[in-house]
Amino acid sequence: MPETAPRPGRSRAQSALGRDAALELLETMWRIRCFEERVAKLVRNLQLQGLIHLSIGGEGVAAGVCRQLRDDDAVYSGHRAHGHALAKGAPMDRTMAELMGSADGLCRGLGGSMHLVDTEHGLMGATGVVGGNLPLAVGDALAAKLEDGGDRVTVVFFGDGAVQAGHFHESVNLAALWQLPLIFVCENNGMAEFTSRAEHTPVERVVDVVAPYRFDRQTVDGSDVEAVHAAFGEQLRGARRRRGPFLLECLTHRRRGHYEGDQQSYRDALDDAEWAARDPIARLEATARERRWLSAQRAQAIAAAAEEEVERAVERGRGGRALTPDQAARYVYA
Amino acid sequence: MAEQTFVEAIRTALAQAMREDPRVIVLGEDVAEGGPYLATEGLSAEFGTGRVRNTPISENAVCGAAIGAAQAGLRPVVEIMFIDFITLALDQLVNQAAKAHFMSGGQLSVPLVLRTQGGSGGRAGAQHSQSLEAWLTHVPGLKVVMPSSPADAGGLLLSAIADPNPVVFVENKALYFRRAPVPERLTPIPLGRARQLRAGGDLTIVATSRLLGDALTAAARLAQEGIEADVFDPRTLVPLDLDPLVASLRRTGHAVIAHEAVTAGGFGGELAAQLQVAAFDYLEAPIHRVGAPFTPVPMAAALEDAYRPGAEEIYRAALSARRWEGCDEDGAVVAAGVPALPAATHDPPEG
Repeated sequence: MPETAPRPGRSRAQSALGRDAALELLETMWRIRCFEERVAKLVRNLQLQGLIHLSIGGEGVAAGVCRQLRDDDAVYSGHRAHGHALAKGAPMDRTMAELMGSADGLCRGLGGSMHLVDTEHGLMGATGVVGGNLPLAVGDALAAKLEDGGDRVTVVFFGDGAVQAGHFHESVNLAALWQLPLIFVCENNGMAEFTSRAEHTPVERVVDVVAPYRFDRQTVDGSDVEAVHAAFGEQLRGARRRRGPFLLECLTHRRRGHYEGDQQSYRDALDDAEWAARDPIARLEATARERRWLSAQRAQAIAAAAEEEVERAVERGRGGRALTPDQAARYVYA
Repeated sequence: MAEQTFVEAIRTALAQAMREDPRVIVLGEDVAEGGPYLATEGLSAEFGTGRVRNTPISENAVCGAAIGAAQAGLRPVVEIMFIDFITLALDQLVNQAAKAHFMSGGQLSVPLVLRTQGGSGGRAGAQHSQSLEAWLTHVPGLKVVMPSSPADAGGLLLSAIADPNPVVFVENKALYFRRAPVPERLTPIPLGRARQLRAGGDLTIVATSRLLGDALTAAARLAQEGIEADVFDPRTLVPLDLDPLVASLRRTGHAVIAHEAVTAGGFGGELAAQLQVAAFDYLEAPIHRVGAPFTPVPMAAALEDAYRPGAEEIYRAALSARRWEGCDEDGAVVAAGVPALPAATHDPPEG
């Protein structure tokens, strides 16, 4: 097995994921899943507009990473940001309201799906420009490093599509050069928009791209939440001790198209068995059932609670109003 | 008041801001060594290389890192060595910095200064000589400052650093080593206040950066011929202090706007449009613009000298405005006793 391949055995041995943590992760993943499935439905019914990118199938990364972060740790995300926002603590109702363009939204309806920000919980910004968040995260980590005695860290989520852009390489170099407390979390779903990674680069694994910079780096199965949790936890401890930048490559699966409404003519759908093997929720549920942490009834209750929360968020969002143009214009300058 | 060069005033302002506020950091290529024009010379010795950080030649990520640091509470002053290279940083500047406050509904702010310098005259060719400030004025969320004197540079830089918004501070390399009086202790000059440098009742001249000195030279020559000009430096393009310019134009009825940038699509066009709406009933001639022709900046000395607008062009435009009679069939200005001025269009000049 190549050095960079996922090592589930090792991750499992180190994970020590207890019952409470596992149930929390399940809850987070269900909240993201239900939120996004509801968003997809709203888009289909033309009740929600704009460019919407869903992370269904990739919830394990958002949950496994963000559960271990504090509010003062900064997260930068990209265009597929709903999961990261919810996992980092953004209130679901204000997130849904934001997607709906309501003044009650996180960003008063001025950002939308691709530009979620919730500074109160350390979500410092999602960006619609692929990889445009990477330099920002470098700057945030520089500020963290210059704070005397602090141990807060910066995490930046990006897809494998960002790795071929110049700003990825510039950012990786700066982070390594300045030994920043920054963790690069790559969600490698093997697809950059409509084309497979193999059509964009001969380098299969992102960990190999940063090898010359001597990053501490790991590839994990992103559908295995325990593995993500364990690998990220180890890197987080290093980052808090100011041991340079880290890269965590999570191999994930993008269940849906690049954006909602995408015809997806470029790929074949997975059959149910293949999907079950890649669904981070199904996998953690199975593990938790095996370990007798979770009854079927409790599993259903977690999903049902998430669905109810989403419905309440949709109802609240529907009642919201957009800012007036005059009100919006006040946000051009601070 | 002691005399300082433009770069000395920049350095004085940076050091003063860094002493007063530990959140101020400086980053850019070679800044710890002072940079090619020595604008940051000595800062790393006083403040250390933690706060005065050399960066690799990575304009995009360095600009983005400065934005991220600003969002995290620092007050970075990032240097892009030549404005020509700002193209490499525009994604971060335009898509991130300019929009962060708006798109976050006011949660984020970007107290960033991006210092850069432009302008021709160094025989450096078209990739180290441009004047690209008009692009930046087109982006809501950015502020754009263009000082013309050492004292203004120092005072405006202090305000730019204290501003909670991203400010692009555009210097001109031809001004860097000119000396002028600068206060012992700099005080901030507010952004958005034009400065009047000469008063007259016959003509309004508005000039930016290097062209301000040329405007004063032209105004002195015009005075010898009995034409007295108001001369203004807007100092900041965004925000723009339009009121004193409008008031002047309503008195004089004639205006010349001068900048070093290519005339077509330049900031002078925007300023002329705003002025003509506010002073339409008072205009006695079309507002005249002085700028560079629609070609890249040429390298050869004779070509570059011919290309660069200056006092002569402002003088001729002023005469043309004062003696305007109409336009010919091709739209060229006809003015008594004044040779035809090149048309300010997107057509390269005829050979």
